[in-house]
Amino acid sequence: MSVNPKKRVAVVGAGVAGIAAAVALKRAGVDADVYEKESGPGGHLTRWHALFPGRENAATVLQGFLNEVKENRLDIRTGTLVTDIRKENGLFRVTTGSGECSEYGAVLLANGFRLFDAARKEEYGYGIYPRVITSPDLEKRMEDPATGLLIHNQAPKKVAFVHCVGSRDAKVGNRYCSKVCCISGVKQAIAVREQYPSCEVMNFYMDLRMFGSGFEELYQEAQEKYGINFIRGRVSEAAPTLDGSIQVKAEDTLLGCPLKVTVDWLILLVGMEPGIPGSLHDSLGLERDDAGFAGCRNKFLLPGYSSVDGLFLAGACAGPATIPDSVNQGRAAALSAIHYLNGKV
Amino acid sequence: MNGKNDKWGFHTEKSNLITLDSNDRSLVNILAEQVPSLNSCFFCGSCGATCTASDDGMNFRLVHLLLRRGELQTVNKIIRSCLLCGKCTLVCPRNVDTRAVIYNLKILIHELH
Amino acid sequence: MNFTEHPAFVFPFVVGMLFIFIYLPVIYVTWLRKNSLADFKTILRSIFTTNTLKAVREIFSECLLHRRIFRYNIRLGYMHMSLAFGWFLLIVVGKIETMVFTHDGFNPPYLPVFFKYFYPSGIPDTFKGRFFLMIMDLLLILVLSGLFLAFLKRFRSRVLGMKRTTKHIFPDRIALTFLWFIFPLRWFAESVTAGIAGSGGFFTLGSGRALASFLPLEDLLLPSWWAYSIVLGGFFFALPFSRYMHIFTEVVLIFLKYWNLATPERQNAYADFEINACSRCGICTNVCQLSADAGITHSQAVYFLRDLRYGTPERPVLENCFLCGRCSQACPVEIGIDQLRIAGRKRMMNAIAPAAEMRPVVSANGEKVDVLYFAGCMSHLTPGIIDATREILTRAGIRFSVLDDREEVCCGRPARQAGFADQARSIIARTTALINRSGASLLLVTCPICYKVFNEEYDLPIPVEHHTVFLNRLMTERPSLFRKSSLRMSYHDPCDLGRGSGIYEQPRSIIRRTGVLVSAAHEREDALCCGGSLANLAITPRQRTLVTDSAYQMLTAGNPDYVVTSCPLCKKTFAAGKREIPVADIAEIARMMLQPEEILHPEKAGEAELESEGQEICQ
Repeated sequence: MSVNPKKRVAVVGAGVAGIAAAVALKRAGVDADVYEKESGPGGHLTRWHALFPGRENAATVLQGFLNEVKENRLDIRTGTLVTDIRKENGLFRVTTGSGECSEYGAVLLANGFRLFDAARKEEYGYGIYPRVITSPDLEKRMEDPATGLLIHNQAPKKVAFVHCVGSRDAKVGNRYCSKVCCISGVKQAIAVREQYPSCEVMNFYMDLRMFGSGFEELYQEAQEKYGINFIRGRVSEAAPTLDGSIQVKAEDTLLGCPLKVTVDWLILLVGMEPGIPGSLHDSLGLERDDAGFAGCRNKFLLPGYSSVDGLFLAGACAGPATIPDSVNQGRAAALSAIHYLNGKV
Repeated sequence: MNGKNDKWGFHTEKSNLITLDSNDRSLVNILAEQVPSLNSCFFCGSCGATCTASDDGMNFRLVHLLLRRGELQTVNKIIRSCLLCGKCTLVCPRNVDTRAVIYNLKILIHELH
Repeated sequence: MNFTEHPAFVFPFVVGMLFIFIYLPVIYVTWLRKNSLADFKTILRSIFTTNTLKAVREIFSECLLHRRIFRYNIRLGYMHMSLAFGWFLLIVVGKIETMVFTHDGFNPPYLPVFFKYFYPSGIPDTFKGRFFLMIMDLLLILVLSGLFLAFLKRFRSRVLGMKRTTKHIFPDRIALTFLWFIFPLRWFAESVTAGIAGSGGFFTLGSGRALASFLPLEDLLLPSWWAYSIVLGGFFFALPFSRYMHIFTEVVLIFLKYWNLATPERQNAYADFEINACSRCGICTNVCQLSADAGITHSQAVYFLRDLRYGTPERPVLENCFLCGRCSQACPVEIGIDQLRIAGRKRMMNAIAPAAEMRPVVSANGEKVDVLYFAGCMSHLTPGIIDATREILTRAGIRFSVLDDREEVCCGRPARQAGFADQARSIIARTTALINRSGASLLLVTCPICYKVFNEEYDLPIPVEHHTVFLNRLMTERPSLFRKSSLRMSYHDPCDLGRGSGIYEQPRSIIRRTGVLVSAAHEREDALCCGGSLANLAITPRQRTLVTDSAYQMLTAGNPDYVVTSCPLCKKTFAAGKREIPVADIAEIARMMLQPEEILHPEKAGEAELESEGQEICQ
């Protein structure tokens, strides 16, 4: 590669934010290498079945992103984990798992989030009882109607969703809201009802935060068209019954009474946790916010600018984000990186 | 329409209205001084859900709200069934020391009484 | 000079001594009157047994030699020993000296104290005389060396193994000042006397000659003995109102201890003797995690006992304690601090808390079982423990039912620890009824908090076993059911299981049978509290986290694969927050190490055989 390293950008992560950023860079004529630890691009989108709020097929959306990758001839180094990034003499030296080293004028961090490990909320029984699953588990099951939520080939009769698992919970050290689980829960509740019309679906929530375009409408649709039961109360614990169903304990806080219900499946809407390994923070001197996500220099004037000059942030590595958010952030960060390379910070 | 026939509660004796202007809402401030984490409560109901004495009428969230609204008539009766087992404190997502609140409330009510 | 002249300066000492010998018996009798008739009968039954001899032995080793303090820190032990044993020998040897000299056992009590004033040269010109002069000087040096260390401790406490010294109150300061002056003044008075007489022990004569070179010794003779007598008398007057009350009280306490007067409720005279036997040495503040990790320095045992002695402890002192038992364990006087604290809380709460309002017991399921498993409320937040226990019991072919499977049941301990005694009693009555209905022959308990109260407060017709004991027994009786691995595990002793119930070995044996035990800095009796204890009613969540993190760090220092514990509350406490090394209950480890069914029973053995095996275990 003969291009001056000072004019090249490394994009870490080929999820939706990384792809959007790399495409934007490429279109502006800036050379970008995309590093992806998984075997293919797409990030968490590859694990999803349908997307909120319109319940678009995730595979179709993913294909759209992959088409962009192809059309723009993006160089995505899949199966390549970035282990270290260091800034020396104004150049970023990116090291991969295989020990390869390359230099760049700027780095665009788009390595996303980690799903909260639901087993850490032991009281919900994830990993202990087979009928307790997470929202991504449900997406996977819904891809194949032959498995779905069938129990001995019978449709489930009752399914409950638990909102805010691993989010807004000081007991697991995550005080922040993961933003996307509320609407995810509504979308998944509808999906279950659509698949199994006779199944009763209950969503246990603390608050329903329908902030995005079309979210509130979907919530209303879930009530009106699908008859989802929204129960305001946080589930405290789950226990198995003799036949393997799950007994859920909650409080109906609107009535002020304790509530127990036995369900065939308990679905935990898991939140997002910072995906950046601590070692990257340390070697770069990258600052984190209170929740552990990469912090930006100024929320209002410089979102997407990390504490390190020349290192830009896009997507959920900087905090919980939806797909459209991540795409926008990716493009914005690409523009910021171009300005930086051109010396116009 | 009395006794067991009064299933739908046609006879209500007490006004249902919460009159914030006249209710005594000072108790919750005293408690919050003793247990500052009380102010973090966002009434999610985890405490009431996990409560060992919930079937006996104990409900931390409800007690807290009643204090905040100054509706004190039933508070003492509700907390009488608390076993102080501390499970509520273990599940509270806002790290409210719920057990300490009830413990202090028992003492406070006694002192004020 | 002749002692029969009764010089005036002995007066302060004599008055002080008279005061102490009248005051102490009076106050001790006042306390003893709190005993019930049954208590006196208990004492009578033990008084003429070898227990009394054992008590004398302990008085010698603890009140004089301070063996337990020596074990804690050798310099601190020497300090206490030199002061106590040195002074004791000064009195005893001094008395013998006077008896040898006067051939009269009933010489006045001040004679040994001021012997050198009357007879500066000791017993004249004999080997006996020179021997006593030397011994008495050596003993004085011993005491002075302890005094030097005590002085050092005030300013550089770490030299004596103490992170901090106790904060003293006014009577303590008075008494301490008198005490610090007693022996330097005795040395000074004896030196002055020896210097004038030109004869005496090697030490006092030497220093007396040195003093003579620049001091008018003749003028100082009487004032120095006056000063010595005044500080002695002053000390005796201050003694009953200061921490030095422990000197005599501890002796009585040890007798009462061996005469079986200690009761868990601390309602008899024993509590008074305990409270007054505290020397405020401060070892309890040193082992307390609240001071070490959370910056809480006002509520430690020493301050609680002090406040209890002079009145009623304030709520912040009473409430800010884990009841983890580390202070009781370290206390050189073996004061039952936790019991006293619970009793104190009870006194405060008695008026406040009416009995709990609970539904009547509903019928338990009628199926006959061998083992009744009581998971306890906390375990419902750590269902991995319940699940593991169920699986092990099933695999072992034991017929069991879970007492609190569908219904919330409380053991009553948390209410008791908070001081709500009546409430605890009604909870206990209800739970007893539930257990009795099951007809099981063994109560299996997961939670050490429940386990301790089942043992101490319940009157159950069936034995109670903690799951560590049960699983260890199962592994002994049916070793083929489990396998060994190379997993490295450190073990956290839950307070109520370890110090509270004395179960240290069984969980470790389980770990050794299934993997490798990694030792930790604080273990067994010295184990740290996880910080989750329900007994603390005043600590903030943030302070709790500090204690927990520090204990977790200690347990993971050896980089084990698992931190293993055997208490749902400890597990839940440690598991909060992001932990690199997972925390597991001993039952979960045992389940993990169950021999796979296909290896154990390749031909799929009959259920009947399993069941009969299982029953044997439950006997």
